[in-house]
Amino acid sequence: MSFTDVLLLMFGAVLVENFIFSKFYGCCPFLGVSEKPATALGMGMAVTFVMTISSAATWAVYYLILEPLGLQYLKTIAFILIIAALVQLIEMFLRRFVPALYAALGIYLPLITTNCAVLGAALVNIQKGYGFGASVAYGFAAALGFTLAIVIFAGVRVRLQFADPPRAFRGFPLTLIAAGLLAMAFSGFAGIRF
Amino acid sequence: MKEKLKGCLRQLGEGLFSNNPVLIQLLGLCPTLAVTTSVNNAVGMGLAATAVLICSNLFISLLRRFIPRQVRIAAYIVIISGFVTSVELLMKAYFPALDRALGLFIPLIVVNCIILARAEAFASKNGPLASVVDGLATGLGFMLALVLIASVREILGAGTFWGMPLFGEGFKPAIIFLLPSGAFLTLGFLIAGVQKICNIRDDRRKLEGTDPEKEELA
Repeated sequence: MSFTDVLLLMFGAVLVENFIFSKFYGCCPFLGVSEKPATALGMGMAVTFVMTISSAATWAVYYLILEPLGLQYLKTIAFILIIAALVQLIEMFLRRFVPALYAALGIYLPLITTNCAVLGAALVNIQKGYGFGASVAYGFAAALGFTLAIVIFAGVRVRLQFADPPRAFRGFPLTLIAAGLLAMAFSGFAGIRF
Repeated sequence: MKEKLKGCLRQLGEGLFSNNPVLIQLLGLCPTLAVTTSVNNAVGMGLAATAVLICSNLFISLLRRFIPRQVRIAAYIVIISGFVTSVELLMKAYFPALDRALGLFIPLIVVNCIILARAEAFASKNGPLASVVDGLATGLGFMLALVLIASVREILGAGTFWGMPLFGEGFKPAIIFLLPSGAFLTLGFLIAGVQKICNIRDDRRKLEGTDPEKEELA
């Protein structure tokens, strides 16, 4: 894959095939921790951090360990364990060496293990047969797309607090409908093809 | 025996309606939004998740005295992903078309919060039989919600139900319901409907001052 291919892949992963609005990976944190733009940004940064590293780690484990041994069918189990261990390691490392970043990301890190975007990116990398560089780039770009979506949506939700909807729509339904409208805007990118 | 049966029925009712994992507890939204473009996919996903839920609940319940508290989540994830892998392989072998349609959402059952939530909240504290019933009830509740959403999306978005055309030639489907935004909108309106029903019930209870437990059974 040439450099331009990788760039186009990244562009596609951020906008055209946005993880939330076109693939639905990572909807739980998207709807759960998007009440304030600041927390949304924290979550997005934590996901970006973990997803980039886990894309590299899962690629290495799949092609260096599982494939030579013919154990490809164990990839789901192996990947989720790698991600869980990685999240734990990153948490310990940050607490020890980068306390400022730990304070900013701390509470979001444990939630990332069960974020399907992280496992989803790892599995897409294998399914599409990306090389190492492309895998890392794809993981990073997909996480950027996730961050973009969650931060925009948090901005929308701040406005929703002043709305006065019918009683049945209060809370979650209104949030979902706002997400639907945002998804409609993002589906405008679907026309972009290279 | 009769008491036990009554308890099981009550559990089923809770999983399907009053404590529905998607419509009331708002869990497992990624697969809910993603695979509900057709009723066929919804049933396939529902069955796969139910199978995993029953097996993982059973094993976690049987092992609940042996799993140390500190590493319980990791242990649950390993048990769940083992069953998910089995389901994935079975599906690839016997239902290849469905496997292609559901794509990565079969392996992603591993990180479905419904399954981990039932493991943590129910199977780790209750006996094997009750846990199996709980898995079945929650799984069926998940499937019910999926089928409801998928029916709306498939009928309005494609004009079909389970692949069969419902309307004549002149029907122009609203494609928006098959697009991602349609998924968010449909689920939003469905949950609003559920909240409306809950509101009406609560208001009536307040007016009549009835015992909520009795009404639940009725």
